Amino acid sequence: MTSLPQSTEKKLGLVIDLDTCVGCHACVVSCKEWNTSNYGSALSDVDAYGPEPQGTFLNRVHSFEAQPESGCSQTVHFPKSCLHCEDAPCVTVCPTGASYKREEDGIVLVNEADCMGCGLCAWSCPYGARELDQIFGVMKKCTLCVDRIYNENIPEEDRVPSCVRTCPAGARHFGDLGDPDSDVSRLVASRDGMDLMPEMGTKPVNKYLPPRLKDVPSDAALEATHKTPEGLFAWLDKALEKL
Amino acid sequence: MHPAPSIILFTTLSGLGFGLLAFLGLGLPPVTGWVAFVFFFLANALAVGGLLASVTHLANPKNAIKAFREWRSSWLSREGVLAVASLLVMGVFAVALVFFDIRLRTVGALGALLSLATVFTTSMIYTQLKTVPRWNEWTTPPIFMLHALGGGALLAGQPRLAAILLIALGLLMMWAWIKGDEKSLAGTTMETATGLGRIGKMRLLEPPHSGQNYLLKEMAYEVGRKHAQKLRILSLLLGYALPAALMLLFTVHHLTALIAIIAHLIGVAAGRWLFFAEAAHVQRLYYGK
Ligand code: SF4
Ligand code: SF4
Repeated sequence: MTSLPQSTEKKLGLVIDLDTCVGCHACVVSCKEWNTSNYGSALSDVDAYGPEPQGTFLNRVHSFEAQPESGCSQTVHFPKSCLHCEDAPCVTVCPTGASYKREEDGIVLVNEADCMGCGLCAWSCPYGARELDQIFGVMKKCTLCVDRIYNENIPEEDRVPSCVRTCPAGARHFGDLGDPDSDVSRLVASRDGMDLMPEMGTKPVNKYLPPRLKDVPSDAALEATHKTPEGLFAWLDKALEKL
Repeated sequence: MHPAPSIILFTTLSGLGFGLLAFLGLGLPPVTGWVAFVFFFLANALAVGGLLASVTHLANPKNAIKAFREWRSSWLSREGVLAVASLLVMGVFAVALVFFDIRLRTVGALGALLSLATVFTTSMIYTQLKTVPRWNEWTTPPIFMLHALGGGALLAGQPRLAAILLIALGLLMMWAWIKGDEKSLAGTTMETATGLGRIGKMRLLEPPHSGQNYLLKEMAYEVGRKHAQKLRILSLLLGYALPAALMLLFTVHHLTALIAIIAHLIGVAAGRWLFFAEAAHVQRLYYGK
């Protein structure tokens, strides 16, 4: 059924801290590693060792530069994957019923046995979170590691999405955003967590934490430190002046 | 958006085919016997040919049959259901007319309605996408409908009606182009895409990958502005102005009709190419485009 559930019991999702992310792409690699060998078909690469390599990824890290009105620009590394939207347009457009949102935890998934590879769901996603696999011909997207988070065959500390487990900077958090008392919800509340493209009306579950405000202006370090000479330099200054 | 030839063929040919079917269902032109057979053959060849072209666009066509399932929520599914329904109903009408010389008026009218409804569902597949502001406009459905009706009238030998519809269509196309240029990405910017407008103006420092990928190929297609203007003019002249002029100013016989139809097809194909190529998707903002 590609109608959306009225509401979901949980709203599992990610909180991504743009203040902490160092842009190392470890999450990109670990995501590919886990998901190419688990849920659904593999994440194929085409021309992997040739001149024009390309492949399917469920998570990618963009790097932006924000230029304030004055002062230095600021680099922001920006990981992006499916945001498991509450009003997910990718689900309702799907003609085959392959795309669906789970009632129990809100995860948006593709049932590859039904997908016909029309690509309409990727067109409907504002965020570029869905990629049609070029070899297997089915739509791939973040599963929130649905095959890890409930998996009793792996140690408990591994029962989080692969990207969260891997991030060396601790920039990725996983939890129930539908529960206002969960760690992730509190984090969002305390750090002014935000939606991407709210004007699209998709109501993303995943939230982004903006970089913290700088405690000193970014160009403060660039100011000249020795404006008035002291000590030996003061004497030299004077001596030179007299010449 | 990537202007895939299969989709351009599909929307152009099927639209025309269903337009002609609609006229035939209403008894225009009032043909019977073998002449009717030729008309129905043409209409079905266009409609079915277009649908087959669209199937080649699928990356996993073995599941195409499942596309009839989600008609409650999906416009693409509705299109599939209605396309098959119109072909079946019009098939009954055609067989009765061609082989038994019986005109089942109600069946024909129902078939006409279904054919036009099919074209409407096609238009809604594009209109519904908020992510492509140029398509997400009230003009998209009437443009698709007028293509089916205008082209259908042309094929059904209704010169005056065809001319009026094509002129209206040409004007609407111009309006949609101008409004679409103004609308651009409808207020979505790199700042809203990243949520970082609070810091300042955003710029892409480094893309997430050094090569191509599906998203760039499918969603970040770009056409040169000059190119686009030329194609717009070509599309307007050949697709709508020339056929309308031929229909109004000359006595219509086979040759003028043939020229009008060929010009119309070329013009429409050019316009459809632009429909896709000029449609900017908001996700290109994440690539700094
Ligand atoms: S981010 Fe895109 S793919 Fe994921 S739920 Fe939202 S619209 Fe669908
Ligand atoms: S590509 Fe697959 S999942 Fe996406 S809309 Fe088409 S059938 Fe549904």
